[in-house]
Amino acid sequence: MIYFQLFWQFFKIGAVSFGGGYGMISLIRETVLDNQWLTESELMAFIAVSESTPGPLAVNMATFIGASQGGVPGAFLATLGVISPAFFIILVIVACIRNLLKYPGVKAFLAGARPCVAALILATAVTMGLSAFLGIGQTADSLNIDYVGLFIFFILVGIDIVARKAKRKKISPIRMILLSACLGILCNLVTHSFA
Amino acid sequence: MNKITILFLTFFKIGIFTFGGGYAMIALLKNEFVSKKQWLTNEMFLDMVAIAESTPGPVAINSATYIGYHIAGFRGALAATCAVCMPSFAIIYIISLYFERFLKLTYVQYAFDGIQACVVYLILSAAIQMLKEVPKTFMNRAIFGTVFLAMILFSLFAIHFSAVFYILICGMIGVGAHGIKIIFREKHKK
Repeated sequence: MIYFQLFWQFFKIGAVSFGGGYGMISLIRETVLDNQWLTESELMAFIAVSESTPGPLAVNMATFIGASQGGVPGAFLATLGVISPAFFIILVIVACIRNLLKYPGVKAFLAGARPCVAALILATAVTMGLSAFLGIGQTADSLNIDYVGLFIFFILVGIDIVARKAKRKKISPIRMILLSACLGILCNLVTHSFA
Repeated sequence: MNKITILFLTFFKIGIFTFGGGYAMIALLKNEFVSKKQWLTNEMFLDMVAIAESTPGPVAINSATYIGYHIAGFRGALAATCAVCMPSFAIIYIISLYFERFLKLTYVQYAFDGIQACVVYLILSAAIQMLKEVPKTFMNRAIFGTVFLAMILFSLFAIHFSAVFYILICGMIGVGAHGIKIIFREKHKK
């Protein structure tokens, strides 16, 4: 029942993801890894592709994961799953309870969920970094440092800090991805020529 | 052209041209519906953004549904939401057909070594951005610290605990804290 699974898993993700595209990352990561739909590196590759193609991150991720597991119907159902909670919640708000968000209970729920979502995103970045750069996914794994990855990561952080100081502006994610791709090719060519 | 057709075409166009997700879309939406077409007032638009940001789901879908319904009812909402998804659905589906083969190319693998580092950086900066917007109260810090540590430890020790539960539990804590505040206020009044 892969079709039902795709729909249901993405429906759940759509229903509890607050805070836009990256708010979903922790949920999507745990779903694809648990179901063995993608490996960690495939997922990371695909986050980069979703970020550099038009459209909402969530829809892009759902379409891709759906397509990889169940072709056109899979892609359709996963996308339908991720958008339908949002669609119906907004319909209810505009059509019936216009001031839903002004109820103290709803406000309090969101106030509690917001720091949680920020923590989930940060924790996802840290666990992804640990497994990508140090090879540690679980405590049993032994250290396996990816020097190239770490090196590029620090270059990116450095560039970001300089750009913010100099221009008071963030560099767009697509430019960062292109830059990191060039750095990846360059570093690998250098290390392979020495090896 | 009737309003539903215009809605569909406008959101289709926006779906093609927004890179980087929902927040990038908000500027485009404002330009189309507030400045050009004047179907929404500035105030209504700000209302919409507040709702789209604080309801679950992608900001792009939330705003498409909201604006669509506002302008042409249920069918408008349906047209706008479908239109905003269709371009990326088609593009991603085509990419997915060739992606595995593409990833096997040597230079692409080299490039993705770098891109992996970039993805960690992108998620990290999204988290920091979001953290900056959270008010620095005691409760928020406690929730943030606990969830952050729990999530990392659980994943290192391979303990299964879904992110869905973290969000729901923290939401409930928010409601609980609000309830306690009200009770205290009542007592002080007496």
